[in-house]
Amino acid sequence: MTNKQMTIKDHYELIILGGGPAGLSAGLYAARARLDHLMIEKAAPGGQVLLTDWVDNYPGFPEGISGFDLVEKMAEHARRFDLNILAAEVTRVDLSNEKRKILHLAEGNTVSCDSLIICTGASANTLNIPGELELRGKGVSYCGTCDAPFYRNMHVAVAGGGNTAIQEAVYLTKFASRVTVIHRRDELRATKIIQELAFANEKIDFIWNSQITSIEGETGVERLNLLAKDGSTSTLDVEGIFVLIGVTPNNTALPLDLLKAGKGGFIPVDIETRTTVPGVMAAGDICDKDVRQIVNAAGEGAVAVLAAENYIQGTK
Amino acid sequence: MASDKVKQVNDADFDSIVKSEQPTLVDFWAPWCGPCKAIGPVIEDLAAEYEGKVTIAKMNVDDNPVTPGKFGIRAIPTLIIFKDGEVVDQITGSVGKSQLIDLINKAG
Repeated sequence: MTNKQMTIKDHYELIILGGGPAGLSAGLYAARARLDHLMIEKAAPGGQVLLTDWVDNYPGFPEGISGFDLVEKMAEHARRFDLNILAAEVTRVDLSNEKRKILHLAEGNTVSCDSLIICTGASANTLNIPGELELRGKGVSYCGTCDAPFYRNMHVAVAGGGNTAIQEAVYLTKFASRVTVIHRRDELRATKIIQELAFANEKIDFIWNSQITSIEGETGVERLNLLAKDGSTSTLDVEGIFVLIGVTPNNTALPLDLLKAGKGGFIPVDIETRTTVPGVMAAGDICDKDVRQIVNAAGEGAVAVLAAENYIQGTK
Repeated sequence: MASDKVKQVNDADFDSIVKSEQPTLVDFWAPWCGPCKAIGPVIEDLAAEYEGKVTIAKMNVDDNPVTPGKFGIRAIPTLIIFKDGEVVDQITGSVGKSQLIDLINKAG
């Protein structure tokens, strides 16, 4: 449970922004190190892992674990050391004064810190095509785990070819009668073991070298219009489309110039998770990197706290 | 840790609740949905803050198949704000508190 009755101070040594695996791991290290700390998360802790049905590659869970249970355990672990969590939305992060980093909250007040760890993560990319916004929640979904049970015995499509897309396609077959994966290229990016599961599943078929140009339907999704690489167009009748085509960083509150945000708005960091701003670290999916797994997010969260401790000690 | 300020609605009493005088925000959710759990505390906050002004309600879509079907809900969490029994606006996904306040204000 979040702790909203907690009295918030004006200033902390360390603030952790975001409560996914990177933030919860940072929270565990910070609380256990007895740092003067605060974690700020807009909802309940969890992040994108909450969108994951099953986590099969987090060390220490040989049987696998549901995404929800994993973050619950992470949160429980950090709370054992009295992690301070504030449920609030941060609208703007002001890093112009190195001595006092200021976070503006949606409720109008501010809170500041010596050192900040940014763990705001990422959110699902959208296709940005006609019909997508209009039919969102009415057949257009970004979370197989959340919405698959609505598609019992229906035909659905999955857009994407990475790990998330293919794992969710396999999960969807528990409910849907048929799952069509639509991918821009002629091969999948997903890990071999996940590909093998998908290719062996008779409910899954593939449309290669194609992209979706629009989504149509009156009260819900009825069909997709497709454009193939060879220029041919086609229509696919489906009752749902799961858009699983990578992520975009949650960076709207961040000063991207100061942080020298790179391609697509992700934050560059060094091996100690330090950003270009002294005393500001970033961990997890917000970082400009190639591998976005739960295990390295959690690892980066721990590294970030050690870097923050060094910074705080150095400024005293 | 359900707050008693959040009204639990079902297929049977749904109509009478959304047709009541004050606007009603309904959170369509299910126990297997992670993002639904993530926004749970926000919903409870809103129920306390809007007590007496806006009814904040939750409907479990597993236990109540009729109402979600009527509103074409195929993703959760979906939050719909009703005024005089009519849909004013809706939002899908685990959004922040300020977006939910914006949604509620549309019925104002």
